[in-house]
Amino acid sequence: MNALKDALIITKRQLLQLARVPEVLIFSTIQPVMFVLLFRYVFGGSINTGQPGGYVQLLMPGIFVQTTAFTLAATASGLAEDMTKGLIDRFRSLPISRSALVFGRTLGDGLLNIVVLFVMGVAGYIVGWRPTSGILKISLAFIFLLAFGYALSWVGIFAGLSARDARVVQNMSFLITFPLTFLSNAFAPTTGMPRALQYFAEWNPVSTMVAACRELFGLKNQFGATAGSFPSEHPLTMSLIYMVIILLIFVPLSVRKYNNANKK
Amino acid sequence: MKSIIAHNLVKTYRNGEVKALDGLSLDVEEGTVLSVLGPNGAGKTTVVRILTTLLTPDSGSASVAGIDVIKNPEKVREIIGLSGQYAAVDETLTGWDNLVMFGRLYHLGKKASMARAEELLERFSLSESARRPIKTYSGGMRRRLDLAASLIVQPKVLFLDEPTTGLDPRGRQEMWGVIEELVKGGVTLLLTTQYLDEADQLADDIVVIDHGKVIARGTSDALKRQVGGERLEIVVDQAHISQTLEIVGRVSGAHASLDEGLRRISAPVTTGSTALVEVLRSLDEAGIHPLDVGLKRPSLDDVFMSLTGHVAEDDTALEPSGKGKRGKKEKKGRKEKKVKANKKGNRS
Repeated sequence: MNALKDALIITKRQLLQLARVPEVLIFSTIQPVMFVLLFRYVFGGSINTGQPGGYVQLLMPGIFVQTTAFTLAATASGLAEDMTKGLIDRFRSLPISRSALVFGRTLGDGLLNIVVLFVMGVAGYIVGWRPTSGILKISLAFIFLLAFGYALSWVGIFAGLSARDARVVQNMSFLITFPLTFLSNAFAPTTGMPRALQYFAEWNPVSTMVAACRELFGLKNQFGATAGSFPSEHPLTMSLIYMVIILLIFVPLSVRKYNNANKK
Repeated sequence: MKSIIAHNLVKTYRNGEVKALDGLSLDVEEGTVLSVLGPNGAGKTTVVRILTTLLTPDSGSASVAGIDVIKNPEKVREIIGLSGQYAAVDETLTGWDNLVMFGRLYHLGKKASMARAEELLERFSLSESARRPIKTYSGGMRRRLDLAASLIVQPKVLFLDEPTTGLDPRGRQEMWGVIEELVKGGVTLLLTTQYLDEADQLADDIVVIDHGKVIARGTSDALKRQVGGERLEIVVDQAHISQTLEIVGRVSGAHASLDEGLRRISAPVTTGSTALVEVLRSLDEAGIHPLDVGLKRPSLDDVFMSLTGHVAEDDTALEPSGKGKRGKKEKKGRKEKKVKANKKGNRS
């Protein structure tokens, strides 16, 4: 399995990068923890959820999903940088499987997500987050989150390979992920949104993921998801479908893009 | 045996708008060094990218060490090394990290990768900086590390795309030393460059390319003979230009040309410093005091002038930092001026 070995070496490269510049890891965990604290203490007091245990129970799944979605930007800009610096050319001139580089990168992002989710979980616990569903379902929720993050990192790969400049792609990714995570049920009830946005929020993969996690963490209150529609009735199934769709579209696109990289 | 063969390569970009290669053919004998010389945009990088399997040509064929580049790219990748225009290494990582990583990607074992990294760092005088991130390296050190990365498996055929572009003179000298060492080791090398002296120093054979075609091929001596060796250059006051043109033309026995903007008169000379002394004496007798005077070894511009009759497309090609800001119009203007000056020289 040379292809897998090659991919793991690329993953190791990413971990080495983190070891050489630990600030990257520190800031990429501080940011979500900061979100936890801000939302918990700024909004938590004024949003009446009717949820036992308070806003933080609903907030944490939202923040988990948001954080996994935000890693897309790092993936994209990392790859864009490899492109512009000519590193991709070097990799492509090596006798390695052509998918190893992108595949290895997504694995590295997955590992990074494990660390970040863990730190956030601890932070959440400290400020009062108490999932009630038992260890099995909680683990399942985290596996779900990692899978979602993995699927999205392929979107990041594609964006990174398509971009001309690392800074542009970073900003662009935020431009997509920010509205996507806020036009959802992650932080506030969707019932307060205008009708059209409500509809969008309901079908938004972020919403279905958040709802799925809430369910797995043992929450009944789905925070504004209107009952009756397919995504709000079956958030787990719907999220799985979204992941499969994302992977089916972006894995082949990314691999093709990589093989044709710099063919302009 | 021919180690590299390219036959009739054609490559166009942007749906045929830009013709990067226009039926280019070249070959390199095993164990020799070929330098591909040409200005920016001549197609040098495109040739290298095709031969290293990074790019597929629109038509034509190519092989490296007998392996078809288009049909068997994986096989080719196993036996080549490539060092490009940019130092393509991970800047966050240390030199050591990079070489070990590339070793692993060449499927050397862990131990072998580490041993090879150690060896290469030593050989390229990078041992001391091995544990520092590449970010902190100088331009020359980066290039050396990049070169080291392309030598991990002792490639049969090595491609260096403008290995010294952007380096300061010291970095260039160091790089040349390193490349010369490699060549002694018997590797087949294809090297692209914008500098005639670089090709001169390193290559057995030179092909000059322009607009995606080979326009000349030969040893550096042969090319130089064609170019006419050194050039005499003199800058004088506006008032003395025509007189100086005459003197320079007479002494050199060739057409003296004039760059009006710089008030610089130049002509090819075969007798070197003798011609210089003679010109200075004649100028002195005429009471002309030159503002600047010198002998210049043939440059890429000169090669192009003599081979194609036009100035290298990118005027600033010889300045690694300048990315050709001069417009085409100005270049044309210069060309015309040169022609005019020649005519003047003829008449007098």
